Amino acid sequence: MAELNQDSGGGKKGGKIRSKKAGGRVDLTAMVDLAFLLITFFMLTTSINKPNAMDVAMPDKNEENPEDRLEVADTRTMTLLLGSNNQVEWYMGAFDSPIEGPEIVGYGKDGIRPVLLQKLKEIPQRTGGDLIVVIRPSDRSTHRNLVDILDEMNIVEAPIYMIGTISDPEIEVLERDGLYNE
Amino acid sequence: MPKVKVKRASTTIDMTAMCDVSFLLLTFFILTATARAPEPLPVDTPASVTQVKVPDTDLGLITVGDDGKVFFGVKDRNVRARMLELMSEKYSVPFTDQERARFSLIESFGVPVRTLKQLIALDANAQTQPGLQPGIPVDSTKALSNELFHWVYSARVATKELHNVEMRVSIKGDADEKYPAIKKVMDVLQSQQVNKFSLITSLKSTVE
Repeated sequence: MAELNQDSGGGKKGGKIRSKKAGGRVDLTAMVDLAFLLITFFMLTTSINKPNAMDVAMPDKNEENPEDRLEVADTRTMTLLLGSNNQVEWYMGAFDSPIEGPEIVGYGKDGIRPVLLQKLKEIPQRTGGDLIVVIRPSDRSTHRNLVDILDEMNIVEAPIYMIGTISDPEIEVLERDGLYNE
Repeated sequence: MPKVKVKRASTTIDMTAMCDVSFLLLTFFILTATARAPEPLPVDTPASVTQVKVPDTDLGLITVGDDGKVFFGVKDRNVRARMLELMSEKYSVPFTDQERARFSLIESFGVPVRTLKQLIALDANAQTQPGLQPGIPVDSTKALSNELFHWVYSARVATKELHNVEMRVSIKGDADEKYPAIKKVMDVLQSQQVNKFSLITSLKSTVE
């Protein structure tokens, strides 16, 4: 293709057979094609291969003096219980006397996100402090659920969130609502 | 009047320079591409919108998958060798220099310390056979029975000794792994005051 005009044969006069001069030119087009194909392949594989890292900071276990703990206002606390079947159950306030909820939602933009966004706007107006989100994964939730909910925290830019341990009464609530299946 | 002959322009393009350039680039990309070693425990990581890439150096990687099997690996070869030294002291399992050298080539492993010798003796292809390695024993204590605790601890000590930086720890969990399996690993990290770590995810293609 790099060489479009070719000598049309047969235009020569005379009966003398000339030995054709060996061409000093090689058609490199195919070679270039191949090289670029390989370049593309290597470029894509190097950048795509690298996984991403999501940073998680856990609260310190504080084994030495467990009495020394910070009390947070119930009115600002939103607890998310991660159940099975990719569902979340959330409530506001203390477990015994929830201000709102518990309510079951899914993950993603039609599930927990509108709730979080609404609370993030509402709570600072009502109480003057930021919303505190406590994530409590149950034993029946998967790693995907945990990553999804942490991802959601990054998307809605929640200022304070932590991963906590689920309590037995909370598990009972999940069981009651059918979110504690194998 | 003489006819004016239009000289036909040659359409030949010299491809030599282009060929040179493309092969130069090709060589560059081949050399920079890091060959991905086959993993003994392939996992399917969950997706997230995080764009932060995993660091290449001073990283300890804990892989959790296949119903709670735990594997551990460190990126740097010298750290791996030093980590094994520390572990062999702790568990009084001696390793020869040759075994240490072979161990430093293993990207990630999941066997108890007592059977590590057999794993090292295998050749590289056999080592990564799926299902061969049973996973590192983990429990909630700080005793010798919690081998993951001591592996991570030794790796951190070794990284500090050799590079004088804190080792970063990443957890690569299978998306369908139940939470308790991940929790167990997090507890091990927290029991040695590693409260910051990262979860490895793949990139979600679109923001929902």
